[in-house]
Amino acid sequence: MATAAPLPQVEPAYSGSGVWSWLTTVDHKRIGILYGVTAFSFFLVGGLEALAIRAQLMRPEQHFVIGAAFNGLFTMHATTMIFLAIMPLGAAFFNYMIPLMIGARDVAFPRLNAFSYWVFLSGALLMNSFFVVGAFDAAPGWLSQIPNTGWFGYAPLTERQFSPNLAVDYWMIGLQILGVSSLAAGFNFIVTILNMRAPGMTMMRLPVFVWMTLVVQFLVVFAFPMITVGLILLTFDRFFGTNFYISGNGGDPLLWQHLFWLFGHPEVYILILPAMGIVSEVLPTFARKPLFGAPFVIFSGIVIGLLGFGVWSHHMFTTGLGPVADSAFAVTTMLIAIPTAVKIFNWIATLWGGQIVLKSPMYFALGFVALFIIGGLSGVMHASPPVDLHHQDSYFVVAHIHYVLFGGSIFGLFAGIYYWFPKMSGRMLDDGLGKLHFWLMFLAMNVTFFPMHFLGVDGMPRRIFTYYSSDGWDTWNLVASLGAFALGASMLIFLFNFFRALRSGAPAGNDPWDAATLEWATTSPPPLHDFDKIPVVTSSRPFWDAKYGGHGAPKAKQEAVGGHAAADHVVLPNPTIWPLVTALGILIFWTSFMLPDGPVFVVTGFGVLVLLFGLFSWLFEPLE
Amino acid sequence: MAAHATTGPVTHEHEAAHPPTSMGLPHIKLGFWTFLGSDCLFFGSLIATYMAYRGHSLTGPFSHTSWTAPDGHVVPHILNVPVTSISAFVLLVSSFAMVMALNGFQTNNRGRARLWLFLTAIFGLTFLGFQSYEFTEFYLNGLSLQQNLFGSCFFVLTGFHGTHVAFGVLWLLTLFVADLRKPIPPSKAVNVETCGLYWHFVDIVWIVIFAFVYLIPVTEKGGF
Repeated sequence: MATAAPLPQVEPAYSGSGVWSWLTTVDHKRIGILYGVTAFSFFLVGGLEALAIRAQLMRPEQHFVIGAAFNGLFTMHATTMIFLAIMPLGAAFFNYMIPLMIGARDVAFPRLNAFSYWVFLSGALLMNSFFVVGAFDAAPGWLSQIPNTGWFGYAPLTERQFSPNLAVDYWMIGLQILGVSSLAAGFNFIVTILNMRAPGMTMMRLPVFVWMTLVVQFLVVFAFPMITVGLILLTFDRFFGTNFYISGNGGDPLLWQHLFWLFGHPEVYILILPAMGIVSEVLPTFARKPLFGAPFVIFSGIVIGLLGFGVWSHHMFTTGLGPVADSAFAVTTMLIAIPTAVKIFNWIATLWGGQIVLKSPMYFALGFVALFIIGGLSGVMHASPPVDLHHQDSYFVVAHIHYVLFGGSIFGLFAGIYYWFPKMSGRMLDDGLGKLHFWLMFLAMNVTFFPMHFLGVDGMPRRIFTYYSSDGWDTWNLVASLGAFALGASMLIFLFNFFRALRSGAPAGNDPWDAATLEWATTSPPPLHDFDKIPVVTSSRPFWDAKYGGHGAPKAKQEAVGGHAAADHVVLPNPTIWPLVTALGILIFWTSFMLPDGPVFVVTGFGVLVLLFGLFSWLFEPLE
Repeated sequence: MAAHATTGPVTHEHEAAHPPTSMGLPHIKLGFWTFLGSDCLFFGSLIATYMAYRGHSLTGPFSHTSWTAPDGHVVPHILNVPVTSISAFVLLVSSFAMVMALNGFQTNNRGRARLWLFLTAIFGLTFLGFQSYEFTEFYLNGLSLQQNLFGSCFFVLTGFHGTHVAFGVLWLLTLFVADLRKPIPPSKAVNVETCGLYWHFVDIVWIVIFAFVYLIPVTEKGGF
């Protein structure tokens, strides 16, 4: 099997093509591609916003983007990167890879999956539509129409009194819609992973990426309801005159901070755990040995997820919660260093004694480990309240979050892109260009973000649009800005590599990396039904077993579970437009609040009707 | 064989038509339990908001004490525990009706299934009727959404619960009409069971809300 005929199947195995087939698709692979393309586009948008920020800060006292426009840029840079780039890039891999890795033919609820994507797209477009709305608005300085209250939108700044125009409404309602998408996907993937494993695929045989996805989905379904409530209360404040966050009428702006960070800290792990899962797949493949202590990595992921719900107030040390609360949250926060370090030691031990193959996915995975350690260590520093009082709202925090989210999540996701691109497209990305991309991105990343540690300790606050030369921050700001442009250039290398590979990349074959997990056991790209026969699993590295006979060859005949139905009679769900219509109903419902002259409830009602019409058509349509 | 029957996997007749799943539960049921777990956090956050702002209203009307308005007339305490006890009881009884309806579907007893399913929806509508009466009454007594923190928290919390009930009624009636047009066989009773899970959940949430909002009196500002 190891030297199976390298039959390059580069044709996409989709049933039909054209726009309609994409609008109605319920195939997890196509939905994964939709997520990936959309998320990467928004990643580039968020990157351009970051470059504008760095251009403004490159020299002291510049006037490139200032004031509300600058605030809008950093707000939308963070919001875009977190909700429209990193989360959906993870979702792209969940969608494409999870069914393949657990030996299933689709997710548990294929139509709900399509619904998740369309709702995500609605929210993403609505949130960014201020670009259009603002441009048509009379006043110059249309950039001031951008949501500009920071990505965590602290009350009371977000209240109508202080943010009278529609900008915050776009942000608030966009986030609300994105939450619906994440929740629907969360239910779907929990059921898929728990309930659709191939025969013999016990929980402890699941690939670590699947495990981390499972933890992430539990974080999503338990964390998002809290931001949902936070945003609902804000919506009532802004549209219906309630006083949830207005202290003048007895309300407490801190309630927003609690609800936001009760969601916001689990959200941090929602962003990083998928990357940790990807790295846990890439390192063993390229070290040619199984992941060291895989159960420890899995349980550490679970512990990180659980502790993630008990640390939210470390974002609020400066709000004066008192020494008892501060101490308790400092302790829980520092505790998280333990499972995280367990994972890092396991990754390093995986490399120890391995026959390391240095291909581009491996470069990014190793880069992830190195950079995440730096980001993790600065995280432990401001887990201490006295230290945090100095770091709060300084560039030190900006450095920290970029080491964990860029050095961590983005490097991990790029490891995944280089690792799985051959499976998804049937072609190889050029390895030389990939390594060039890695080195430029790795160096530029450090040049950009490491000086921010110095700037922060030197007292430079975050979210200021300029500074004086006498502040003494000129040099490092210039260095950071030059690094940021080099980061931008590294993305051009990737895009060139990506489009060249799509057109004329070398055929990948089924298993270019000689990997251990089931997604490599089918063709690249996989057929519509994923597997001709549902595989039978006997260990946590089923495809290595099949190739090298480690656990004995997998049983040739299908076992009782799944029965003969799995062998040849494959039933796939029909394409359908109704999830898209239902998502459209949600979009219309919320857009009715965003009209220039205030909410128009006739439109709201119309949105509800479209929603119900889509939902009923969906529910009463035959599935297969 | 008796020993085998107790140790072997239990396959209910109504589940036999579905292909086996890894956990032995139908997808829809597992997914729905996950949703209910998530919804717990939703109501948990709303109830926590209510509790955090309990007794913090700067102006009346108040939940458990009377209030003298600026114009001098006295507004009695807002919450009417006896009346809401009746509607809470109606909602509790609807859970019993739901259990009977599900039993009807599982045993293919059409009369039982349809009668009790319809009764469940009627009980749900009765609860919503009580809530509309309550909301109107409170509003006429001067408690609006904007009046004070109590009004904001109360209407948002119980309003979202009422919306859940309304959605449940819609679901029940949809099942009822679908069954009239084409009887739901025992093999698909899991669809009714899922609706039942939702209905019982909404019922339990009301018990929590009723206890926290109605039964624990707010005697003085900020006090429990």
